[in-house]
Order: sequence, then C-alpha cells, then structure tokens
Amino acid sequence: MNIVELDQLHYCWKGQTKDTLHIPELSIAQGEHVFLRGESGSGKTTLLNLLAGILSPSSGSIRLLGQDLHNVSSIKRDRFRADHMGVIFQQFNLLPYLSVVENVTLPCHFSARRRDKAGDMQQSALSLLDHLQLGETLRGKIVSELSVGQQQRVAVARALMGQPEIIIADEPTSALDTNTRDRFIKLLFAQAEAQNSTILFVSHDPYIADYFPRVIELSEINQAL
Amino acid sequence: MILLKLTWRSLWNRRISIVLTLLSIAISVSLLLGVEYIRKEAKSSFLNTISGTDLVVGARSGQVQLLLYSVFRIGNATNNIDWETYQHYKHHKQVKWTIPISLGDSHQGYRVLGTNTDYFKYYRYADKQNLALAKGVPFAGVYDAVLGAEVAKKLGYTLGHSITLAHGAGATSFSEHKNKPFKVVGILKPTGTPIDRTVHVSLEGIEAIHIDWKSGAPVAGFEISAEKAARMNLEPETITAFLVGLKSRAATFRLQREINEDRQEPLLAAVPGIALAELWKSVGQFETILRVITVFVLVAGLLGMLTTLLSTLNERRREMAILRAMGAYPLQILLLFLLEALVIAVLGCLLGCIFVLVGVLLAQPWITAEYGLYLNTWLPDGDDGIMLGLIVSLAVIFSALPALIAYRRTLQDGLTVKV
Repeated sequence: MNIVELDQLHYCWKGQTKDTLHIPELSIAQGEHVFLRGESGSGKTTLLNLLAGILSPSSGSIRLLGQDLHNVSSIKRDRFRADHMGVIFQQFNLLPYLSVVENVTLPCHFSARRRDKAGDMQQSALSLLDHLQLGETLRGKIVSELSVGQQQRVAVARALMGQPEIIIADEPTSALDTNTRDRFIKLLFAQAEAQNSTILFVSHDPYIADYFPRVIELSEINQAL
Repeated sequence: MILLKLTWRSLWNRRISIVLTLLSIAISVSLLLGVEYIRKEAKSSFLNTISGTDLVVGARSGQVQLLLYSVFRIGNATNNIDWETYQHYKHHKQVKWTIPISLGDSHQGYRVLGTNTDYFKYYRYADKQNLALAKGVPFAGVYDAVLGAEVAKKLGYTLGHSITLAHGAGATSFSEHKNKPFKVVGILKPTGTPIDRTVHVSLEGIEAIHIDWKSGAPVAGFEISAEKAARMNLEPETITAFLVGLKSRAATFRLQREINEDRQEPLLAAVPGIALAELWKSVGQFETILRVITVFVLVAGLLGMLTTLLSTLNERRREMAILRAMGAYPLQILLLFLLEALVIAVLGCLLGCIFVLVGVLLAQPWITAEYGLYLNTWLPDGDDGIMLGLIVSLAVIFSALPALIAYRRTLQDGLTVKV
C-alpha cells in the first residue's frame, strides 16, 4: 500500500492567481524513506502543510494510507494527523514546561489510537528514550537544559511514540553539527524501521541525501515553478 | 484533561508574571468585595442606631433633620416642644412609653442629652438591644452624668470624675456652666451608635444649669448656687424632642397623623424606619461613587491580565505549532487561552476573598475597640457570588482577544512558524 499518493495536486494561496504547487503525480510506498529536497521558495513548506493535513489542496487529491484527505473536514484531518503522523521540527520541538518524558508521551493525549499502541505510556517512552541513547540522567532535566542534539532526539522519541505510520521531519538536522547529524539520522532510521514507520525527510541539505533510498527533487516534480 | 494540565504547567512556567497578574486581580477583587462589605456594614450599623421606637416627635421641620438631631446628634433643632404638649402625648392612651430628649449643651465637643431614666429602660438599638452600663449606675441626682463609651475612653474619664458642661454644641465654648459641675456616675457599654459619643444627664440637671440664665447667656449679678438650684422646682418648660413607643404598632400612623395635625403646637412625628431610609438615600450617593471607582479598578486589573496574555502570544507561537503537530484542534488552542484566563480569574477571586476575610478578621478587634462598631465576620453572600461570577466571566471575555489571535495564527502558521 502506498503511504502517500498525490494526483494532479494544485495549491494556490488565497489572493494569488498563480499556483504555488502543482504536482501531477507522486507516490511513496510504505517503508520507502524519502528525502524531499528543495530550496526555500520551492513550495516545500506548502507541501508539508498539505501532507500534514493543515492545508487542503485547491484541487486534485491527496491520499494518505489509502484515505482521501481532500474532501474531509479539518477536524478529521487533525484527527488523522494525531493518529498517523509524527512531526519533527527544525528546532525548539519541545514544550519547555513539560518534563522530557511528558514531552514524549504528549501525542498519546491527543490520539487514543497511539495511546493504545503505546501500551504503558511511561514504559514505552522510557524504552524509546533508551534506544535514542538518552540516558536516565537526562530524563530528570528540564528541557531547556538539554543540548540541541539531545532535544532533537527527544523530538524523535515523541514523533515515534505510539508507532505512527508516517514521520514528517522538517529540516531536523539544520541546527546540528556534522557528527551529531550523522548520529541523529542513524538513530532516526533505526527506530523508524524498528516500528515500521516511513520517514518523509524535508531538507535543502544535499549531504543527507546519501542516507535515503529515494530522493525527490521538489523543483523537478513541482510544475508550478 | 490534557488541556487543563497544559494550562496549569504553562502558567507555572511563567509564574512570576502570572503571580503579579493574579495579585492585581486579587487586589481589585478584594477592593470590590471590601467596599461592598463596608457599605453593607455601614448601612446596617446606620439602620441599627435606633430600633423599637415607633415615632420620633419634634418641632415641625423635615423628618431627616429631626432624625439627625434627635438620634444622630447632628445639627440643631429649630424649635422646642412645650412641656405640656409632651405630657399630653405621654399620657395618650395608645402610648406605652416615651423618652424626652433635651439638647443644646455639650462637653468637650460631645453632645449632652438631657432625659430621664426611661431612657435606660426603653431605648433600643441594633436588634432591639437595651443599653447596658459597663460601670456604675444610671443618673439619680440632679448633677449626675452617664457617659457614652467613647466619651469615657477618649477623655479618660472614670466614675467620680467631675465635668463641666458648656453651652452650645461647639468643641470650644466660651460660656461654660462652671458653677454647676456634674459627677460621672455611670459609663455605658459601647453600642456602635451615636450614644457612645453622648453625655447623658437628667432633665432636671439641664434645667438647673440654665436656671440663672436667660436667652442663652448668664444673667449678670444673678447667680444661683448648685445646691440651691437643686432644691428649686426643676420641671422643664420645654424639651427638644421625644421618642414614643406604642402599645400596638398598628396605631403608628394614626398617632403620627394626630401629632402632625396638633392644633396647639406645630409638631412633626416621624417613623424612624422611613426617615432612616430617606436619610440613607441621601448619604447613599457616596456608595455609588465608591462602586464606580472599584469597578474601574477591577477593569484595570483585568486589562493587566489581558496585557500579560497578549505579551506572551509571540513567545507561545512555537508552543501552539507543536500542539497543532500533535493533532490539537485550533479550537483546543483557543480553549487553552480561555482556560488560562479562567484559572487566573478564579484564583484571583479566591485570593481576593482571602484578602477580605483576613483583613476583616484583623480589623475587627481594632474597629470594635476604637469605634465601638461590631463588624460581622465577612462571608461571601449571594450578591458577592454574583459579583465574583461576573468578574470571572468578564476575565474570560477579555481573554477572548488573545485566544482569537492565537486561533487565527495557528491556522496561518500550520506546522511552520515564522519567529
């Protein structure tokens, strides 16, 4: 089954006459980790918001996990995102007033499906943190005391919590140095594969492309440019 | 549930600015409740000044003026009542008791009230309470005086003290009744009414000190000694006013009309309750102003909260994007802000209540000792409940602005935040 299927997708911002995005066709299979490369202004952000169900396409269809997300209400799209997607931002991924473990278990409070899949929330959060090499000494710390690399790994743990099918990572390594970046990506891959999640990795950094079986140049598939 | 937890933790994370906001709301709430409390206490203490009296009778003037000089010891009577007239009504078949009142003298600025022992027997204040002596006995002799609690306390008088009365009501009088000093024989317990600020003597005493006077001044070369005066006929020719208790309250208005239509003398009979209400209405203007001021203070407090909430909007943009990525609905983001205001407002109200409660508890002994006013312990009543409810609703309405801004931004920002 395809994780993502786009068909004649058009998106035009309100008040503009020209499409920002026009993707005639794109499909991504399950387990096929994809590197979406694009310069800023290539419609990267728009595509991300469309895939996450924040935006709805002007025309054309988006099918995620076989479900058509085009014609459903925004509440259903929010629900879908909560149930099936983990999101990792560039930086400042964590809520500063929650503990490390509380940050990791947060998705379970918005999705019953992920709560059920996680089983014992506390336990699975700790084991994820373990696998991401975040030792016990770090868990007691307040979030702002963690290094950027550590914060990003906590964000990975949160995105993977409750085994969502899709992990959307939006330039998660841009604030990391090369060594930390490599370790981060290896850990991300290992954990995503362990629970059969598909990674959609968005970045402008071509050096990371080597890790991915499939690389998509946004400028090549976006006909609107 | 998670929203409540997030709200709480997020507030805790910003506790310094939140505590300040909370304090400003608590202070305005306590001010509002406090003013309301003082208003109610003042009103009840005001209405408690006289009770159990059916009619107050004096020379014809306004009923408020009559009440002011006869009960509150403020201002002066325009005219007196003939002793014969008083006797007529004293023995009226509907009348159970009367208390004659003779005013016009003072001691160190405190009014002197001439009356008879019926005053101690029949005068009632607050909830039909009798006057009680803290020390000593009611006056019996011509030159005996019974002091109100405040007079004794402020001037440091005890039983046996000798005092001179002065003519007129001012604090400094040049014509004193020096040759006829009075002896303190009793001191009343505090009542929280103007009685505390009154010197009580017998009608005969008033008559005795004026026996060698004419037209408000001593007659030169004509002085009668205290002893001699006491032996003379001291039945007064006039009194200032008198209080009436009836056998049946049903007769109140009939007797009132009878007195008002008296053909011998222009009199005015006032029903204390009605006159008090009229007097309070004119005093009550003040409370409206006080209320308006406190409402403004409250609005200032709420605007302070609004400012705090608005100022955090930018730094919380990231927070909102994270929650959206988790699958939070835009409506939940809106709710987060409303909840925050709700928590602040409810806590502010609670803290305000505690301020008032503690403030009243602390002030109680002092007020009682200093002013003889007994304050009821503050407990929120129905009116206060409505007011607190309004404050909380107002806070939530105010917070709708930052909430709506956050809501719109989450829709625009989506998962990417331009910080």
